[in-house]
This record gives sequence, structure tokens and C-alpha cells, in this order.
Amino acid sequence: MMAVARRTLFRGWVLLAYMVIFAPVVMIVTISFFQQEIVSFPPDGLTLRWYWNAWQRPEFARGFVSSLQIAALATLIGVPIGTAAALALVRSPLPGRGAFNSLLLGPLAVPGVVCGAALYMFYVRAENFLDQDITATLGGLIAAHTLLTIPWTVRLVAASLQGLDRAAEEAAANLGARPFTVFRRITLPMMRPGIVAASMFSFIQSFENLDLTMLLVGPGRSTLPVAMLSYLEFRIDPTLAAVATVQILLVGILMAVTDRFVKLSRVI
Amino acid sequence: MAQLKLSNLAKHFGAAVAVEHVDLEVRDGELVALLGPSGCGKTTTLRMVAGFVEPTAGQILIGGKDVTHAPPYARDTGMVFQSYALFPHMSVAQNVAFGLEMRRMGRAEREQGVLEALKLVKLDHLAERLPRELSGGQQQRVALARALAVNPSVFLLDEPLSNLDAKLRSEVRLQIRSLQQRLGLTTLIVTHDQEEALTMADRLVVMDRGKVLQVGTAEELYERPANAFVAGFVGRCNLISGFVDPGGVFRTDWGGEFAVPQESAPGKAIFALRPERVALRPGTGHGIPGRISAITYLGSLSEYHVDVSGNSFLVSMPPPPNDSPLRCLKIGDQVSLTWDVAAVRLLPFEPSSNQGEEP
Repeated sequence: MMAVARRTLFRGWVLLAYMVIFAPVVMIVTISFFQQEIVSFPPDGLTLRWYWNAWQRPEFARGFVSSLQIAALATLIGVPIGTAAALALVRSPLPGRGAFNSLLLGPLAVPGVVCGAALYMFYVRAENFLDQDITATLGGLIAAHTLLTIPWTVRLVAASLQGLDRAAEEAAANLGARPFTVFRRITLPMMRPGIVAASMFSFIQSFENLDLTMLLVGPGRSTLPVAMLSYLEFRIDPTLAAVATVQILLVGILMAVTDRFVKLSRVI
Repeated sequence: MAQLKLSNLAKHFGAAVAVEHVDLEVRDGELVALLGPSGCGKTTTLRMVAGFVEPTAGQILIGGKDVTHAPPYARDTGMVFQSYALFPHMSVAQNVAFGLEMRRMGRAEREQGVLEALKLVKLDHLAERLPRELSGGQQQRVALARALAVNPSVFLLDEPLSNLDAKLRSEVRLQIRSLQQRLGLTTLIVTHDQEEALTMADRLVVMDRGKVLQVGTAEELYERPANAFVAGFVGRCNLISGFVDPGGVFRTDWGGEFAVPQESAPGKAIFALRPERVALRPGTGHGIPGRISAITYLGSLSEYHVDVSGNSFLVSMPPPPNDSPLRCLKIGDQVSLTWDVAAVRLLPFEPSSNQGEEP
């Protein structure tokens, strides 16, 4: 009896925890279908007009495309760099590896606004020096977001490398494979779950980043989160909920697709 | 001809000596086992042969060719790892094909080689599976097939059975041995399990603390151990320290007196006697008196721990028949021990020998 009661209690707690986690998500998705402009319960009716509204506003469409572009390119650049760094950190007998590791993971600990402000000041100086626009350019944003992707990549790839059976690499060498062949045929495929997870995390990190990006965007060059924030300054209708719902859906699909290649529960 | 020859091989990690003065010849088609407790340097020796550890000194010859400083991929060895080290992202067939591919073998020839190797270990029906879809024993056989497929000059096995359960272990042991004999493979195997070494190897090399203590057949090591470590590590042994007095009597440290063979040289020594060479009788008056402190029934054998003046003596024998007076012996009973003096070995005295215990 006691065991049953205890198990029921435990399940109750788990359910409660999930409800707390999912409540905001469920709320946002629900609100995006409410008819009235100022949110109130119960809704006057359900509608898709906020989705239509979001679709029609150019700043969201443009922000969405920018965000996609930046996230994809930052991931493409950051993941190889982070992977190389992780390899060096885990594998080489480099002196001062601990310090390197802290340096690479540093951006995780520094608030985004601080990073953004520092980058902004750096960009302004670089602009003066190079006589070339950097802030509010696609290149400037991609470079900044690449910095966001590296710490995640280093963490995830290093974790997957640490769990990797080095005997498999030795076995390949024993069977006649030269070091580069061992890396290409054995090490890299075995690192794949870590790299895929790192790519996904990097993409999401970049795609949803607001605090760092806010300081680096300019007229005509904005990302989706920044566009959403600007919209919020003037209006608070459920259009934002509609945009957020689309975003949630997108990230959900991305995770589901990734999970088909690599079981996410094994790397995170 | 020696297919594998190690001369004066040594490996130091900084100030720590992992392996020292290892001289060993493995003849063509011979299976030699490196046996010793963990940390004795046996695995380091094997890894030097495979090329994963650079020797500090000495020479390694494979088929007469000096490979001491050759990289692993340039040596013609086939190794089976303790963890099997299968490539998790490749099918069984791809795993086995890998070595053939590295040897730039054509596709048809490669497929033929894979099939033959898998047939050797009776796994040809699982060629398309992934390693994680196989049981531990099957994975182990894939690792064997992969190493055998390249037809190596020297076959290396690093504790190949330690991840298998006891029943499977004795089965695979026989399979490996019969494969090795059928294919005439020159083989070096590392193990800490003396039973494994005794049943599989043509010759054994007992190592401790980086040094080779004795090389010989199972019988040689068991019957004529060179020192107390070998006596205690290969099989079980009663080892008692003391000295042989000029009158030809062995005096133990605790004051016991045992007869020893006539020709024994006087001086400090270790008295060694196998448990199955000791006879046990109920009551006192027939030999060395003692008291039973424990009885272990092992099915085909019974072991009696006998307390002789505070020292434990191990006696083993087949379980006595029902009508034997030995049958009703129980803990605390008085017994007397006798043995044939010819069964006694006197081994050199070593002040700090740890008698084959795992550290």
C-alpha cells in the first residue's frame, strides 16, 4: 500500500513539474487564437487573424529571414571551430588547457547585454580603423552569433569526445589505417551525435538570441526576436503570440528531425 | 623460427618503470600468455608490440623485421581489445572489411575475405547487423574475425575474455585455442586469469612489477616455480618462510619443524607445498598437528583450512567417500597433516614478496 501511495505521489510531482514547465508554452499557443485584442478569459471567439497580421507585417518576414540566415551561417562557422577546439582540449597534451576551456566557455557566464555592449564598442572602433561598416551588417551579426555558438559546441562535442572509446581508434590503426584515415573513418563518425546536437543548439541559440543582438542591429537589418520586441513597444495584441507559436513549432520540428538522426536524450 | 622477438624491452613513464628487461621469443604458431596481476606491465608489453606505446629501450622484431619504432598501421599485427573496440557506426561486415580495405584489396576479394572470417567465428548470418545489436559474446567474435581477416603475422589478445560471463568464457577460450591451432597463428595473449593462461597457452610468461619472473609451460611453472610469487600466482600454494638448518630440517619463523629434501642448501628459504600434496587424517599423532578452521565444498574438490600453530594451511582433496572417517570432520576438529618430502619445493627467500595477490 505504502509503495503504491508513494508512487502515486511521485507521479503527481512529476506531472506538476511538467505543468509548470509547459504552462507558458500552452498559454502562448492558446492566446494566439483569441479573438479580442486585449487578452482576457474567456475568449470572445477563436480566430487566425493574428497569424494573418504577422504574415502581413514586413518586419516579421524580414526578421525571420535574417534570423534564419544568421543562425545557419553562424552555426556553419561556429561548429567546426568549436569542434576543433574541443578536439584540442580533450586530446592534445596542451599546457594550460583548463584556462583555454574557461576562456571558451566564458561567453556562457557573461550576460548577453554585456557581451553585446562590448562587441558594439569593438565594432565601432574597428569600423573607424578599417573604414568599413560592421554594426548592423549581416557579417557583423554573423560574427557576433558565431561567438554564441562556440561555447555550446565546445561543451557538447568535448562531452561526446570524453565518452568515446579510444580503443576503436587504436583498432583502426592496428588494421592499417593512417592517422588521418582513422580520424575521417572512425573518430568523426563516432563524434557525430555530439556534433549534431551542437549544431542544433547553436542554431537555436542564435535564432532566439535577443540581448546580445539588440545592441548590434540597425535600421533595415533586424532579427525576428528584435522585431518582436520593437512591435511590443507599441502594441500588445496576440500577433506576438502567433509569431511565437510559429517559432515554437519550428524549433519543435528541428528537434524532432535531429532526434531521428541522433537520440537527443543520449547527448543532452 | 621466432615470429615475434622482444629483446631487452623496457618502458619508463617518467620515473616510473612499467616494463624492464623483457626478453621473449614467440615461435611460429605458438601461443604465449603474459600472466600477472594488474599493473605488472603485461598490457604495456602487448601495447609496445602493437605499436601504441613507444619503448624506452630494447627491440621488437616481427618476422625478423625490426618494428621497434614503426607506427601501428605499418605493423602486421591483428589485435583483439578487451572492450572489443568495434566500430559502432559500421555493420559487422564493414567492421571486418575495414582491415582489408586498408590493404587496398579489391571489392570481390574483400567480400570473400569477410565471409571467410565471419564463417570462422560462425557469424556469417549476422553480417548486416550493427555491433550494438549483438550480444557480448557475439561482439567478441566479431572482434576476433576482424583481426583474423587481415591474416596478421602476429595475433595479439588483450584480456579478450574478461567481459564475458563464466560459462561463455570457458567456451570462447576453447574456440580461440582451436582457431589459433588450426590457423597456426603466432599469438601473444595478456591475461590476469591463471586458469585462462594454463588452459590456452603453449608457454606462459609470469610478470610482476614490470619484470619477467619465469617463462615455461604450465607444468613447468606449476611443478617447478622459480620463486614464491610464481608458486602463489600459478595455482594455489602453501608458502611458509623460515630457514633450513645445517641438519636438513626446515624451521619455520613460528618454530615449526618440517622435513625437507636431502640436498636442500641451508639458509633462509620459503617452503612451498601444493594443497593437493598434503594428506589429512583425523586425530593427532600421525604428523603435524592442527585444527580445522574452515571447510569449503567445491563439488569436485573439498578444501580444508587447517590452523597449525596460528598459521593457516590449505589442504585440498576430492570429497572423501561416504564411509571415510574424513567425511564427518567439522570445524574445530583435531587433525594431523603429512606429505611426501619429494613434493616440497624450497624457494629463494624474498623479504617483500606479495604472494600473487591482486593489488
